[in-house]
Amino acid sequence: MSRVIVSLWFPNLAIDRWSRNAARRGDGDAALEPVVLVTETAHGPVIDAASPLAAEAGAQAGMRLADARMLAPGLVALPSDHEGNARTLERIALAAQRWGPWSMVDGADGALLNASGAAHLFDGEVALLAAIERRFAMQGYTCRPAIAPTAGAAWALSHYGGERPLVLDPAALPRALAPLPVAALRLNEDTKLLLARLGLKTIGDLMDVPRENLVRRFRNRRAAEANPLARLDHVLGRTAEPLVPLVEETPLSAERHLMEPLLALDLLARIVTDLAEDLARSLEAERKGARRLHLLLWRVDGDTIARTVELASPSRDPEHLARLFDDRLEGIDAPFGIDQARLIAVWAERLEQEQDRLDAPEANGTSFPVLIDRLVTRLGRQRVARLAPRGSHLPERSQRRLAPDVQPPAGQYDLDFHQRPLKLLDRAEPITVIYATPEGLPRRFRWRGGLHDIARVEGPERLAPEWWRERSSARLRDYYRIEDETGRRYWIYRHGLVGDGRGGPPDWYLHGFFA
Amino acid sequence: MSDADHLPSPANDAAPDGLAALRAADLPAARAGEGVDWSPERDLPPSLWELFSSMDDASGEALALAFAEARRQDDETAKPWLWVQDAQSIRRGGRPFLHGLPVARRSGLVHVAAANPADALWAMEEGVRCGALSFVVGELAGDPKPLDFTATRRLVLAAERHGVPLYLLRRDGFANLSAARLRWRVAAAPSAPHRWNAVAPGEPRAGADLFRGRGLRPGHFTLEHGGWQHEPGHRLAVVPQPRDRPLEPERREAG
Repeated sequence: MSRVIVSLWFPNLAIDRWSRNAARRGDGDAALEPVVLVTETAHGPVIDAASPLAAEAGAQAGMRLADARMLAPGLVALPSDHEGNARTLERIALAAQRWGPWSMVDGADGALLNASGAAHLFDGEVALLAAIERRFAMQGYTCRPAIAPTAGAAWALSHYGGERPLVLDPAALPRALAPLPVAALRLNEDTKLLLARLGLKTIGDLMDVPRENLVRRFRNRRAAEANPLARLDHVLGRTAEPLVPLVEETPLSAERHLMEPLLALDLLARIVTDLAEDLARSLEAERKGARRLHLLLWRVDGDTIARTVELASPSRDPEHLARLFDDRLEGIDAPFGIDQARLIAVWAERLEQEQDRLDAPEANGTSFPVLIDRLVTRLGRQRVARLAPRGSHLPERSQRRLAPDVQPPAGQYDLDFHQRPLKLLDRAEPITVIYATPEGLPRRFRWRGGLHDIARVEGPERLAPEWWRERSSARLRDYYRIEDETGRRYWIYRHGLVGDGRGGPPDWYLHGFFA
Repeated sequence: MSDADHLPSPANDAAPDGLAALRAADLPAARAGEGVDWSPERDLPPSLWELFSSMDDASGEALALAFAEARRQDDETAKPWLWVQDAQSIRRGGRPFLHGLPVARRSGLVHVAAANPADALWAMEEGVRCGALSFVVGELAGDPKPLDFTATRRLVLAAERHGVPLYLLRRDGFANLSAARLRWRVAAAPSAPHRWNAVAPGEPRAGADLFRGRGLRPGHFTLEHGGWQHEPGHRLAVVPQPRDRPLEPERREAG
């Protein structure tokens, strides 16, 4: 079966996007002015796109603004938003996945979609082209789609092929492409000029030239856009053209088309549950479990909504998969409803079926991996952690946070005769300490506005700075375990020594709390 | 505070029958100030306990861990446990420090740093719903709005249904209406004398005031618990306080 490639060309992408934004701002009058979008260059502003009114007045893409103003003095020039256009195009390519699982951004104003084996879902290729055009028109974008067995031919047909061109049979390609100009081969300016000088105007002219002549004439030209023969081979499908899809491989997914657009969000949860059940079934067939899920929702007005969740361990329990999206469905904005949904297991890992022990007691509540998934999904990955020791004797560096699904490796703990506090402050708090002599034991300290008399004290335990990691001016710390007169036990330290030549008199800090 | 038990319960109040029966047999109702005395050896069914303590020391956390240690069975050491904190209690009270935790509990800790009290409460509830955990420690600073009677009731039900105890630390909190089964007010107490060093702090102690307990007589206890370092196997114990004991009748007559 030949491939069905759809090329979507948006001839007025920048202008369509600008007028869409103007309409959204409620700026209806803006459409009545001749507007051009310009980019600053070394030779002054150059026009990128012109609105229909401006084009009528004579402005064209590629002209300098100064030249266009000669023809139409009333032009309104606005800066182009190239980045915004690229982002919009990426969204459009994603939204095109409604009609097939494989899509990519094509140049600055187009997208490619592989709809092989999917067109019958939309009542055939003719209806598919009409549906694509209608859907984007609803959003305010002019789209000219075309279908062909190769990407190059689809591109040529959409740009130069007239109304909704459609070629399904690879054998019919040469005849369909022959009347198109050579520019339809996506050649660079230099080559186009050369071909014009040679008198080759159409693709048909080029196909009539004996192949060996073309090989000889263009043998030094490696780049495809400079070599008409290479492009001809691409277009006719004689050589494969590498294409980079938006999503690289086609993962397992489940999909629902809805007869009636969905407006109520509580029904959406129901759809997600259905999708999760379908997906779980196909995951089971492949003996896989999902690690990352991607939910795509297509809005009736043409936009897409995407949500992603990640799992700590592979799972294909439909109930669990669906519940992960519970919090993520809030705040979905679809004024005209949602009419298509797809759940994709973007990342799946091997998960064999295992039999539990026959006499195992009934599981009590959720399992541990499920708990971790739910915590991570709602609170975020950085808020849930396991703790592991780290090879450093400085307290604040002696433990690190691991991902919650990682079992902490065995490590070296502080020696048992060094008693350590139960809790450590993120940042040690400065205190004022009264002590008998500069080197003596602390007697009393003031912290958070309260005065604490020290009843018992043990120390000091001296922790030297890590000289291989810190600057030479780092000071050592003398830690004291203390207990005040009410029995509160703290870990305090003196930062530095008197006369160590590293700054002024030592400061005191409170660093931790003992049991 | 014992009125809390007689308030109308939320609609989802449906503890399993077996559990209710067990508790009824275990702990006779404490209606008229009767009931039994609490002691560390008494094996209470897992539920929500509230511990009120100051933000400026760690006596509450230490006692919560000591309660969990006192409950520990041998097969439980490998089980993970959850420590949930809200942002405010992390800022004021610090984070758990691995090197100071009980040795058997170090590898199982899963720490949750919630951004706000609502998230923290949600994480605690998820925790007690997970039967694979051995216990949950929750920390909330002050009196957050989401922590109302309904929230505590939900926590009690979830904890009892799945058998995961939750020790909820209320740092600088006010003892409002709550469904917690046991409610303690905890403060640091001067430590036991150190065996080798007369001027150093010894085994930690805490003054714990049980001011409400389902089926238990309220009372004040001075509890000694292990520092988990010097003497492994040191368990929670009540420090006897001879001077608080009422005089025996014959002595009283004589005096």
